[in-house]
Amino acid sequence: MLGLMLKETARLLSEGKVSAAELCAACVARARQVQQLNVFITETYDTAQKQAAESAQRHREGRRLHVLDGIPVTIKDAFSTAGVRTTCASRILRDYIPPYSATMVQRLVDRGAVSLGKTNMDEFAMGCGSVDSLFGPVRNPWRYNFTTTTTTTTNKHTRAIRDSSQDSKGKNMQMRTMHHHHVTSTEDSDWFITGGSSGGSAVAVATGICKAALGSDTGGSVRNPASYCGVVGLKPTYGLLSRHGLIPLVNSLDVPGIFTRCVDDAAIVLGALAGHDPWDSTTVPDAFHPFSLPEDIDVTHLHVGIPKEYHAPHLSEETLHTWREVADMFEDAGAKVSQVSLPHTPYSIVCYSVLCAAEVASNMARYDGLEFGHRGSDESSTEALYAQTRHEGFNDVVRGRILAGNYFLLKRHYDHYFIQAQRIRRLIADDFKTVFDSGVDILLTPTTLSPAWPYSWFVKADNRTRTEQEDVFTQPVNLAGIPAVNVPVALSEAGLPIGLQLIGPSFQERTLLAAAKWVEQQVNFPHLQLPEP
Amino acid sequence: AKMAATARKICAVRVFLTSRRSVCTCNMLYANAKAKKDYARALPGDWQGRVGLEIHAQISSNSKLFSGSQVQFSAPPNTLVSPFDASLPGTLPVLNRQCVEAGVLTALALNCHINRRSLFDRKHYFYADLPAGYQITQQRLPLAVNGHLTFDVYDERTSQRQVLKSCQVRLKQLQLEQDSGKSLHDQENGEVLVDLNRAGVALMEIVTEPDLVDGTEAAAMVKELQLILQALGTCDGNMSEGSMRVDANISVNRRGEEMGTRAEVKNIGSIKFVQKAIEYEMQRQIELLEGAGEVEEETRYYDWKLGKTISLRDKEQRHDYRYMPEPNLPPLILYTYTSAPGGAGNTVVNIDRIREQMPELPAATRHRLVQEYNIPFQHSVALVGEGLVEYFENVVDVKGKGRDPRSAASWVLTDLLEQLHKRSLTFQECPVTASKLGEIVDLVTMGTVSTSTGKKILSLLFDGDNRSLLQIIEDNQWAQIRDEETLGRICAEVLLRHPELVEAYGKGNKKVVNRLMGEVQKVTNKCADPSITSRLLREKLEGQ
Repeated sequence: MLGLMLKETARLLSEGKVSAAELCAACVARARQVQQLNVFITETYDTAQKQAAESAQRHREGRRLHVLDGIPVTIKDAFSTAGVRTTCASRILRDYIPPYSATMVQRLVDRGAVSLGKTNMDEFAMGCGSVDSLFGPVRNPWRYNFTTTTTTTTNKHTRAIRDSSQDSKGKNMQMRTMHHHHVTSTEDSDWFITGGSSGGSAVAVATGICKAALGSDTGGSVRNPASYCGVVGLKPTYGLLSRHGLIPLVNSLDVPGIFTRCVDDAAIVLGALAGHDPWDSTTVPDAFHPFSLPEDIDVTHLHVGIPKEYHAPHLSEETLHTWREVADMFEDAGAKVSQVSLPHTPYSIVCYSVLCAAEVASNMARYDGLEFGHRGSDESSTEALYAQTRHEGFNDVVRGRILAGNYFLLKRHYDHYFIQAQRIRRLIADDFKTVFDSGVDILLTPTTLSPAWPYSWFVKADNRTRTEQEDVFTQPVNLAGIPAVNVPVALSEAGLPIGLQLIGPSFQERTLLAAAKWVEQQVNFPHLQLPEP
Repeated sequence: AKMAATARKICAVRVFLTSRRSVCTCNMLYANAKAKKDYARALPGDWQGRVGLEIHAQISSNSKLFSGSQVQFSAPPNTLVSPFDASLPGTLPVLNRQCVEAGVLTALALNCHINRRSLFDRKHYFYADLPAGYQITQQRLPLAVNGHLTFDVYDERTSQRQVLKSCQVRLKQLQLEQDSGKSLHDQENGEVLVDLNRAGVALMEIVTEPDLVDGTEAAAMVKELQLILQALGTCDGNMSEGSMRVDANISVNRRGEEMGTRAEVKNIGSIKFVQKAIEYEMQRQIELLEGAGEVEEETRYYDWKLGKTISLRDKEQRHDYRYMPEPNLPPLILYTYTSAPGGAGNTVVNIDRIREQMPELPAATRHRLVQEYNIPFQHSVALVGEGLVEYFENVVDVKGKGRDPRSAASWVLTDLLEQLHKRSLTFQECPVTASKLGEIVDLVTMGTVSTSTGKKILSLLFDGDNRSLLQIIEDNQWAQIRDEETLGRICAEVLLRHPELVEAYGKGNKKVVNRLMGEVQKVTNKCADPSITSRLLREKLEGQ
């Protein structure tokens, strides 16, 4: 049951072969089984079991709300959930309980989905490893050496992770500059990162805790962990999914994303979530028509572009090989495969870092401790209170971006940085448009440079360095606002997933996902197998 | 601190009303007024002043600019606050169409060029009553630009309201933006209390070019703008409640020289203070410059108690606001009949449709009143200025009675206003309807009661007397005595009792008639018809 896809699970539920309550219980058991991975910031098992019981009742009475009714899901802790704390993995929101739900969350709830909890992430989604969280790093389940000794050890260990978050005051804040603040033992470090920032959601789907998960993708935060964890990660077109209630990183780049085990499931969830939201003025007004994908996919009329700029210097041999193999598959099946050029790709990272910092500086201005969230104790003046609140509340990555962003936005720098970055953004978007206008239907690229890195290696460099390295293939897509999806393709020699990215023109999710499903059918990716809990 | 703020507001209202009263009751002639030294307050020597205004006008709308929260003055603190208004993470702005339409209507009335496409920006600064840490405004591309406003400067010191001069001020732009919350400083406990009810309320910021030369012009311009906004219904113009606030950029220079350094006087709370603050500030700057000092570019406020502008000495006044495009709002696109997308119906803002709803503006109303009712121009100015046009028109023509407009205007402008001012009531609180006042006018016109009795009746109605007018007259025996026989008998008796006056008359002192009139009124409880009485007295005196 835990290994099944969403679509199959929904069928079993509707046929009454399994009940939503049983399913939920199994998922909770799985979540407990893999607790060491640190998937959740806040678990909502109790409400999940209640929701599942209600769903089971609906199924019995033949009143199923939607294909998602009774399906266990998880939600990145960047989405506001009414009555359930929403932390963005930051101290500043550690005890924040929103009074309202994000539109994406509400649509899941309205369709009967059962939410198991809020998943771990990089603080305010700033990162690509899911290691910079107040609640400790998320661990990749692939090749993870689960502690199989006694349960007490597991509990003790888990508590150790949690505890470090509880007392990270003053002095500890400084220590968080380096990455080795939460995990100290060397044997513990022998595991792989999940990618990020939506690492918790990716792991939840990979391990079978849930059938689908919400993430958010600003520069690759869904596709990157999907690639490292061997799941499907869809970043839809900007404006197709509502951002209302999603705590922003970069408003003009953020898109809610979908994790599932297979492409069909992603299409189902997309159908449940997409469409205009009056609460988000940047959503497109047109109605979205949900679609399902055919089993027999004809790629003979498909024109697949291979961007030459994506042959990046640090691309691993294995990833390159996988990329070539899939390109050959398309060609062998009769698709037209040609090399294309996206000449401004190399400027994407610098453009992104300016735009991101500027919007971060602006978006973070509201965290003053007055209306909500953490508040410092220095009440000698309003300014002193702000300073202390924000110093204690944000980690150094967030503070660094705020500082840089305010610098870029100063009147005397605005034209040199912000305006310039916006111009480059336009050029990057035009690159994609030119390619698609020339007849290319989709682009095929790697998602990441290599399979997942060991934690010990990853934390040797700081957050900014890693982000610049990791997001090269994913960021340009956000700058252009177009849809892209990670498809798990193969396992590396070391047994880690390798994913490829498919990129399509705006609002062509159907074509994009059809191509993705075709790849999925050809490669027969070996999904993660875990022993029954 | 809250108490103090309230007290201050009440005082401000008082001062304002008192000044208005003097406008109506003072009977000085323009010629006399001109002779008084402080009237024009012309700048000394060859100094000349320049004033540019930024006027924040709160848009009259049911809900805020970007959220569904209600807008209401003096609601309990923090009761009209949505998650967006409190800037909870993840909330997004949703533009209120009603506010856009109000902005467009105002811009049209102010002869602006309306940008078919305008943009929203974030203006950043930290303040306790600015929850998001930025204000959403329109810095790069505002809703409207390049307008102008024509207004007259009246002689406010006389009831004549002569037009001293006609002026025009260029309007640089009109933009939509959010208001902030309110901070209340509790000095005693060293605390700042924040009320977010106002946070996010829609404002129009109207920015003029520095075309105004002194406080009188600036005050007249603000008054005219206030009347226009009220006529449009886009802002109630209530300055004491803060729905209209004025910042003035003031500088002085010698004739022929470049514009001087300007100081900004922020948040001026009444039209009278606009004039006073500017006059004081210009005087201050001239004294500085004549003393070889320099004017600092700074922000000041007007202390109405001291009658001075005072530097805010805000170290961070030279803010870098770090403007940035608001990423959560697409460009605001306005349409016309030709450009409106088919089938979009009511979902777009159509400039042409809004233009068709343009009401009569104050300048047109003034001319119409003169044309239509043949009342003096200054009466039409006063009626428009006091917001009494509709009331006046109702008095003139309740149910087609067609009363004399001149006497109606006089009743409304003199007697009604006097009662209102005496009781510190605003016109909205006036307890006497136009039709009731019309009845009084009818009774006086018909001679049933005298003019002074009419005024007494009006005063009773203001006191809440709800008897019918005839009942009041009967109960007080206020009906005018017009019967010649009765009056003749009374007159004869009075003459008999005052032989010395009769004698004086015979010797040529014709003025004694007035004293005899007084005696008659004494006897009749002021109910004798004055014209008949006067005639009868003269007849009898001549006949002696």
